[in-house]
Amino acid sequence: MSSHPHAPAHESAHNTHHGHSHGHEAAHGSFKSYMTGFILSVILTAIPFWLVMGDVLESRALTVGIIIIFGGVQMVVHMIYFLHMNTKSEGGWTMLAMIFTIIIVVIMLAGSMWVMHHLNTNMMPMSPEMMKNMP
Amino acid sequence: MFTNTNLMEFIFGRLSWNSLAFTHDPIILATFVVVVLGGGAVVGAITYFRLWGYLWNEWFTSVDHKKIGIMYVILSLVMLMRGFADAVMMRAQQAIAFGENQGYLPPHHYDQIFTAHGVIMIFFFAMPLVTGIMNYVVPLQIGARDVSFPFLNNFSFWMTTAGAVIIMMSLFVGEFARTGWLAYPPLSGADYSPGVGVDYYIWGLQVAGVGTTLSGINLIATIVKMRAPGMTMMKMPIFTWTSLCTNVLIVASFPILTATLVLLTLDRYVGTNFFTNDLGGNPMMYVNLIWIWGHPEVYILILPAFGIFSEIVSTFSGKRLFGYASMVYATVVITILSYIVWLHHFFTMGSGASVNAFFGITTMIISIPTGAKIFNWLFTMYRGRIRYEVPMYWTIGFMVTFVIGGMTGVMLAIPPADFVLHNSLFLIAHFHNVIIGGVVFGLLAGINFWYPKAFGYRLDPFWGKMSFWFWLTGFYFAFMPLYVLGLMGVTRRVNHFEDSSLQIWFIIAAFGAFLIALGIASFVIQLVVSFFKREQLRDTTGDPWNGRTLEWSTSSPPPEYNFAFTPVVYDHDGWYDMKNSGYVRPLEGFKPIHMPKNTGTGVILSAFSVTLAFGLIWYMWWLAALSFLAILVVSIAHTFNYKRDYYIQAETVIATENARTKQLAEQA
Repeated sequence: MSSHPHAPAHESAHNTHHGHSHGHEAAHGSFKSYMTGFILSVILTAIPFWLVMGDVLESRALTVGIIIIFGGVQMVVHMIYFLHMNTKSEGGWTMLAMIFTIIIVVIMLAGSMWVMHHLNTNMMPMSPEMMKNMP
Repeated sequence: MFTNTNLMEFIFGRLSWNSLAFTHDPIILATFVVVVLGGGAVVGAITYFRLWGYLWNEWFTSVDHKKIGIMYVILSLVMLMRGFADAVMMRAQQAIAFGENQGYLPPHHYDQIFTAHGVIMIFFFAMPLVTGIMNYVVPLQIGARDVSFPFLNNFSFWMTTAGAVIIMMSLFVGEFARTGWLAYPPLSGADYSPGVGVDYYIWGLQVAGVGTTLSGINLIATIVKMRAPGMTMMKMPIFTWTSLCTNVLIVASFPILTATLVLLTLDRYVGTNFFTNDLGGNPMMYVNLIWIWGHPEVYILILPAFGIFSEIVSTFSGKRLFGYASMVYATVVITILSYIVWLHHFFTMGSGASVNAFFGITTMIISIPTGAKIFNWLFTMYRGRIRYEVPMYWTIGFMVTFVIGGMTGVMLAIPPADFVLHNSLFLIAHFHNVIIGGVVFGLLAGINFWYPKAFGYRLDPFWGKMSFWFWLTGFYFAFMPLYVLGLMGVTRRVNHFEDSSLQIWFIIAAFGAFLIALGIASFVIQLVVSFFKREQLRDTTGDPWNGRTLEWSTSSPPPEYNFAFTPVVYDHDGWYDMKNSGYVRPLEGFKPIHMPKNTGTGVILSAFSVTLAFGLIWYMWWLAALSFLAILVVSIAHTFNYKRDYYIQAETVIATENARTKQLAEQA
């Protein structure tokens, strides 16, 4: 085996030099992509602002829901245009890390809300009278 | 206008002469005297032999992953002594405190001891030992010269040490938390724990947590970016795989701990009401959040141990690991599943049938990939030429013991059964069964396995076997009685019992603790004996066990640069493959090697972190502010340090490699 005893020594394989021999660096954005991201962000911020300041919708719950949706879209815009998230950079590792993060955050938030809802319903308004009647 | 009291309060905060615990407790006074004498002797010896410069230049400021790994292991072994002393005190108290006899530990002291035992064993024994072994072994296994961020590695180590120092300080200055190792509110809130104990807990963990998280990031980057050419993900050694999964767990879960503790800190320091009983607070949220971190944490500890056992089983059976791919998938599945089981730690808190059923089932599902691993090890041994060296003893002891712990774990995963067993000694026996039988046995196996790589001589097998047998029998004597007691309904964290019929079980458990003490003593003797017999036990080949992975291809101990040439990998078990296909060690063509330079910034930052925490714990705001400022200044100043690298000259490399050639020739 080892037909290559003089394999390329990894001179730069540590942090002091950023230039790594395998060249899959993260993509850097262009002026156009930054502007697209900026304009999208402005629009996505302005609409919720207008919804709240202008008292546009009757239902408060609907307003909150719409703001949350816009917030989510805004996060995606930032990811793509400012953090250059795509399926190719770093050989797909950034995307994988992103997906893993989303899974964990969703598990944590959804799970906590589910668990805490049950705990709140079953346990929370615990008055002294209820305590007395506990089995 | 300052009156005298105001001035004193400004300078010393809550600290006063009475805070020094040894002024009113004979046990702590005795400990203090021993520590002062012992510490004085060590400091005196270092000064006498003029070792400070050597320690500072060669160790404290080192960014070499091998030296940092060794320092982690030393830290963890020191903390093991402290945590085990706590365990012995608890066992002794429970063995005698029946009826009239109140024992020697009053409740307020006993509560601090069981809290300290848990915190120290998890955060400052198991975690540093796991991190230390990963730090040492992973770069060697993947054919790298160091980790991705060598300075960060040094900094992480010193932050972990700073956390340990803060926790140890609480022994003499003030008190430690009396809340149990997870400090549930409302007990840990300002109303019920007004003292400094919980603050020591919070800041000790926060400071150490910085180190743990950064070290996790560092090792992920190292494994993802710095593997030798040819080593694809599915050709990585299994220990590297488990390390990768462990570090992913660290990075994804420690921020939750940090955030939860920040909320608790706000409750205690500025009067918010996240976890208080009134004003809309909800202590159950703390329990929920801390276990979202806490459950992955136990997998952070056990996964590397699984990796160590996999390496050992395959090496000492002389076979490639059975079911490599299934082992990898099992590890990854455990990584994900460990995030959806956390509620099994509080089945009894009142979430109701649907929630409990879901989390009970997910918990039982985790035992499937774990069981698959056990079968993979058994099938690896099947028809192998098994060599019963010390690491193999630990592995077999683990397989038997861990299966028992796993089965009691599945029992606890059944919610109705948990209502009976929750908070009982059965639970205590279960998690000690998996942590001692899994994590501790694994780490001790790992130490025995890689010690020759780190120091150039094997550990003495006789004392290794003594240590193994004492640990194994000690474990069964110490914890099987607790299973029995737990089934009888005895609860945990109690320092006195009325029913004297229980006493015999506690005496057996105390005897078990005594046997484990002999096991630890044998381990220390093993280290000392091996040091004196090092010429006999010398490993000149670099490959004392006929190993299979790349760390065995370099000399023992490895040169500073690990590999003169980066190895090329064609198969997993890379070194085994190289040996079988007639690999010839290159003897010429050496080039200068680019390496990172030592720096003292990590030590300085961690020292200021200790003073920052001390200021915050004792309300010495001036000290906290100054320390924080100092941390900022030192951090910024460090970014202007451009002398971060140097070259090991080709002549040095040639000299080192020629010495190795000569050594290998003498061997042959």
